[in-house]
Amino acid sequence: MANIKLSEKKLQELKEVCKSFNNDKGELINVLHKAQGIFGYLPAEVQEVIAKELNTSVAQVYGVVTFYSFFSMTPKGIHPISVCLGTACYVRGSEKVLEEFRRQLKIQVGETTPDGKFSLSCLRCVGACGLAPVVLVGEKVYGRVSPEGVTDIISEYSK
Amino acid sequence: MEKIKLLIDGKTAEVEQNTTILQAAKSIGIDIPTLCYFQLKDMHIENRPGGCRVCVVEVKGRRNLAPACTTLVYPGMEVQTHNIRVLNARRTVVELILSDHPAECLTCAKSGNCELQNLAQHLGVREIPYQGEQSKYRKDTSPAIIRDIDKCIMCRRCEMMCNEVQTVGALSAVNRGFMAVVAPAFEMNLEKSPCTYCGQCVSVCPTGALTEVDHSGNVINALADPTKIVVVQTAPAVRAALGEEFGLEPGTLVTGKMVAALRRLGFDYVFDTDFAADLTIMEEGSELLDRLSRYLKGDKTVKLPILTSCCPGWVNFFEHYFPELRDIPSTAKSPQQMFGPIAKEYFSKKIGVDRRQMVVVSIMPCLAKKYECQRSEFSVDGDPDVNFSLSTRELAHLIKQSNIDFNTLPEEPFDNPLGESTGAGVIFGTTGGVIEAACRTAYEIYTGKKLEKVDFQELRGFENIRYATLDFDGLPLKIGIAHGLGNARKLLEEIQAGKSQFHAIEIMACPGGCIGGGGQPYHHGNSEILKRRAAALYQEDAGKKIRKSHENPFIIELYKEFLGKPLGEKSHHLLHTKYFDKSAGVFVEE
Repeated sequence: MANIKLSEKKLQELKEVCKSFNNDKGELINVLHKAQGIFGYLPAEVQEVIAKELNTSVAQVYGVVTFYSFFSMTPKGIHPISVCLGTACYVRGSEKVLEEFRRQLKIQVGETTPDGKFSLSCLRCVGACGLAPVVLVGEKVYGRVSPEGVTDIISEYSK
Repeated sequence: MEKIKLLIDGKTAEVEQNTTILQAAKSIGIDIPTLCYFQLKDMHIENRPGGCRVCVVEVKGRRNLAPACTTLVYPGMEVQTHNIRVLNARRTVVELILSDHPAECLTCAKSGNCELQNLAQHLGVREIPYQGEQSKYRKDTSPAIIRDIDKCIMCRRCEMMCNEVQTVGALSAVNRGFMAVVAPAFEMNLEKSPCTYCGQCVSVCPTGALTEVDHSGNVINALADPTKIVVVQTAPAVRAALGEEFGLEPGTLVTGKMVAALRRLGFDYVFDTDFAADLTIMEEGSELLDRLSRYLKGDKTVKLPILTSCCPGWVNFFEHYFPELRDIPSTAKSPQQMFGPIAKEYFSKKIGVDRRQMVVVSIMPCLAKKYECQRSEFSVDGDPDVNFSLSTRELAHLIKQSNIDFNTLPEEPFDNPLGESTGAGVIFGTTGGVIEAACRTAYEIYTGKKLEKVDFQELRGFENIRYATLDFDGLPLKIGIAHGLGNARKLLEEIQAGKSQFHAIEIMACPGGCIGGGGQPYHHGNSEILKRRAAALYQEDAGKKIRKSHENPFIIELYKEFLGKPLGEKSHHLLHTKYFDKSAGVFVEE
């Protein structure tokens, strides 16, 4: 991870967010949530800015970022793919679906494809058990996904 | 407020409101074992995460076992601290901790001093029934501190010290579950983090997860090298604590035995850092008076307050967090680093050796000194002024390894000319000591009068931030004192805001001052030990014939023969330094 230059506009936005929370370090989680919304992820540089604005240490910010699976330090793909591994989906073979995504996209869980198009993660139960196995791409829900159906899903977004 | 009555193991305890079961039990002589809990009473330092669950007890009417360190008592509470349910639970907790702990006791630096090891022994753990994956983390070696995180039990003591007490913020708990560790931001190496090497994390770590870099091997090699002249200097705080490693009562002064031991270890010359402390006072005292007199004459460019600069942890702290204030501290080097050039440039010539033949070793209560002697500005053409710094613990180890029976050693004096020190030099080791030493000299030089009494009681004590106004023959000199970096931060923020009303401030990074340093014998939270060590230093000071730095005949001789005068050209070149801006953001490097 090389040093990246943060966009000045987004940096301002971030500082405004901190100010709106009174630069209170107790609001760290909320600030991180908004920051991830602004930048798409939470690179080291953003964490440092937040640490400074909220008058806390970078180590503590990093500690919170790594504790919650929602926070990501790597950019998500344009199309974030999440495979549900909850009980119903698991029992109906979602792990094989995940394996197929891994094989075709050539990335591990938590990673993003080099072209930035797709990122892969797993989810706990999303509550669509009747449609198991369930895959989410962005906000769109795909039900009864089979390993064979993975190719179709990926090609839908590869155009 | 009405007291609370409760039963613990059938015995009645009567305690104040807001007392925990642990405290209540202690008050009636029941010692519930703990692991993550840590308290340095009287200094308001407490780590109470209630995480390890070793101190669990059974409370009548409560379904699950209660952690004694965090559970408050109520009237009529009935507690069992060692029935079979509790004993089984406690043992299971320890077995689980051990199931993810390297079984390296035989070669671990902490063996014999490890709270986990003691606990396993105490509970009679004989086998670990839980097998499974073990944490594998890289070993992180910095100039002063080693992180061996496989051994971390997530007690969070180091995090507490670093964030709440020292406010350095180098460490935090990161990740979760099995992957949870305590690490610097982005899990970078300690060396790249804002770590000041104050070593307080090492002094509270219950296991071998945080230990110091051991330079004993380098020193043994130097001592064995017939071509080297090995010179040792000993810090004041060492003599007040070294005896504890040999079973002596805390606060026993062992100066004479320490010197005898060092001689028997094979050091060619045994000198005293206190001598260099007197030298520091000459330079720093003169600097204080110089700034003061210019200020009083109306010079608006003068930087006041002047801050002491002998503590390398403190220097790292302001270089990182307050770099814009780096022309405010005194430019005087620390006693350790003043000793180096004097030994290698002045003394070496007296005995006719080249500086590269000389190895200067320091015995320090401090871990940051290991880093300090490596700073590149403290060397000449690649030859460091001070080659190695050993902690009090390492010295004790060396003495034991060399089969020396410490307690039967005779009292021996330091060598000269770098071994004679005044009482002012001795008190450097405790909070308030440096500034008191400075005031003794500054007063007499400024007023031209002799001090009626040499003791400045108003500068002594253990409160986090102290201040006093001294009467310098009509001039009210305002002194501020802080120990613990969190307290130092408060004073620095005042200076930053332009609100500081002090003329001089003394800062020590460690709670209690150097006597509580990261390299001292472990105190395990007993603040009484720190107080006794401090008392020992004031006692040695009171017993000295000469108690003011400027009256040290060897110091006078050193200036006459070699240095010229304080703040003069040679003094400036050898004994003063400058500071750097280390605030650059901590970026991840791959």
